[in-house]
Amino acid sequence: MEIRREDIEHIADLSMLNLSEEEIETYTKNMQEIVEFANQINELDTENTLVSAFASDAYNVFRKDEVRESLSRDLLLKNAPSSNGEAYALPSME
Amino acid sequence: MNNIIELTASEIRELYDKKEATVPEVTKAFLAHIKEKDSEINAYITVCEEEALKQAEEVQKLMDNGEKLGPMAGIPIAVKDNICTKDIKTTCASKMLENFVSPYDATVVKKLKDEHMIILGKVNMDEFAMGGSTENSAFFKTKNPRNLSKVPGGSSGGSAASIAADMAPIALGSDTGGSIRQPASYCGIVGMKPTYGLVSRYGLVAFASSLDQVGPMSKTVADNANLLNVIAGNDEMDTTSAKVEKKDYTQALVNDVKGLRIGVPKEYFGEGLAIEVKEALEKAIEKYRSLGAVVEEFSLPTTKYALPTYYIIACAEASSNLGRFDGIRYGYRTENYSSLKDIYRNSRSEGFGKEVKRRIILGTYVLSAGYYDAYYKKAQKVRTLIKQGFEEAFEKYDVILTPTAPTTAFDLGSKIEDPLEMYLMDLYTVPINIAGVPAISIPCGTDKEGMPIGMQLIAKHFNEEMLYRFAYTFEQN
Repeated sequence: MEIRREDIEHIADLSMLNLSEEEIETYTKNMQEIVEFANQINELDTENTLVSAFASDAYNVFRKDEVRESLSRDLLLKNAPSSNGEAYALPSME
Repeated sequence: MNNIIELTASEIRELYDKKEATVPEVTKAFLAHIKEKDSEINAYITVCEEEALKQAEEVQKLMDNGEKLGPMAGIPIAVKDNICTKDIKTTCASKMLENFVSPYDATVVKKLKDEHMIILGKVNMDEFAMGGSTENSAFFKTKNPRNLSKVPGGSSGGSAASIAADMAPIALGSDTGGSIRQPASYCGIVGMKPTYGLVSRYGLVAFASSLDQVGPMSKTVADNANLLNVIAGNDEMDTTSAKVEKKDYTQALVNDVKGLRIGVPKEYFGEGLAIEVKEALEKAIEKYRSLGAVVEEFSLPTTKYALPTYYIIACAEASSNLGRFDGIRYGYRTENYSSLKDIYRNSRSEGFGKEVKRRIILGTYVLSAGYYDAYYKKAQKVRTLIKQGFEEAFEKYDVILTPTAPTTAFDLGSKIEDPLEMYLMDLYTVPINIAGVPAISIPCGTDKEGMPIGMQLIAKHFNEEMLYRFAYTFEQN
């Protein structure tokens, strides 16, 4: 199956990435090779095989629903590129 | 005391016990060596001189007061820069997190501190742990201390290089598809990828959540077991963390493999394996045989499907995990925006490096409408088959023995333009993460250029003891 540059542009758009002309070209070529390589797995018959999302058998891990101490707002806002001291600051929505 | 930096963690501990050195003396020796040597190697992104010395003084005080401390107390350690450390930068070797200071400690870091270990600093890696050479770091390339024109491996290249260059006696790495074992192999040290779920991932910056595991890297097998003792254990902050009984892995340091069974999968010795690596492995197999182990060749037919399966699953999970980097709550924000969407798009485009973008694109592709069943779902089914292959093998064998990597460390710059060729270097390590089993890499010789060769030993889920027993026996004979 051929990967076209439009495919890469569409995927980049879904991924919220801007790509330069050069990047689109490189990634189109890379993806063609990688996807061809990945297609090998279609040789295997998995008709009656179940999926494994994880390597472990952990399943529906619950804990008590109780109030606990959490990180302070001031501490968390220290890493924000911009804040008004109480909340993250953003340009208004279009 | 010029040779302090060359000592293993256990040897340093002996010095403390005999009162032949203090924790601040040892810490200063490593800090001084980092200052001198790291301009050549480039392993450290952040050196925590002040914090390390302060911590060293405090631990020394405890020792002077005769407090009973654990075997790793006072031992300096290097920590991979994708493991969160409170008040110290955690960059993931990415422009995206260049100035990020975690508001909390990863569970493993908390455990290091509770054991009274000394964090020397944060070490280099491939950006977001994506790569096998540490050349994908956004900041600088780390060199292999055994030969400065070679890569140290990756993504935990800074961890491996810091140990090989005596800039830390021991380190923490993380392994999603071989990122502890392959650099350990390239730098001639010991690296363990524990069973998925044995070590908490809380505070490990997520790359591929179903594959990531934190693990110990060291000069000796005994040091490795001691560090695993410190970091292993259930953590309710990580729902994938396993509820298993606490073990003392040093009990497994037994110099005897008589009667134990080794399986050698023939698919790991085929095309692409360098002849010198193959010869070193054959010698290692002979050694085990002479020590009384029973060796048998067998077939793991799903092996060739592991690499494509890995790249589909790992990239799918990465594209989802990296969706959180939006330039709003933390991390890099573009200066070039007028709308909210600009912030998202431009921050991500300017903040992520080439390989990270490549994997986000591949991951988004395999998860997108029309391709989900053909790639992602199919890969998860193949994952089941790969797991079953290992489960069947471990009914017959105590360990599986393979090369860690098909070649020794390659030249800096030689594979960076060809992602597929770089991915092929992970051929022998990715099946282990897919199956979630533990594996260790230990040195088993050198090639004619003097570059280290690594042997990988694999065991069934939660049988790290078996790996330590085999690794220790090999090391001692």
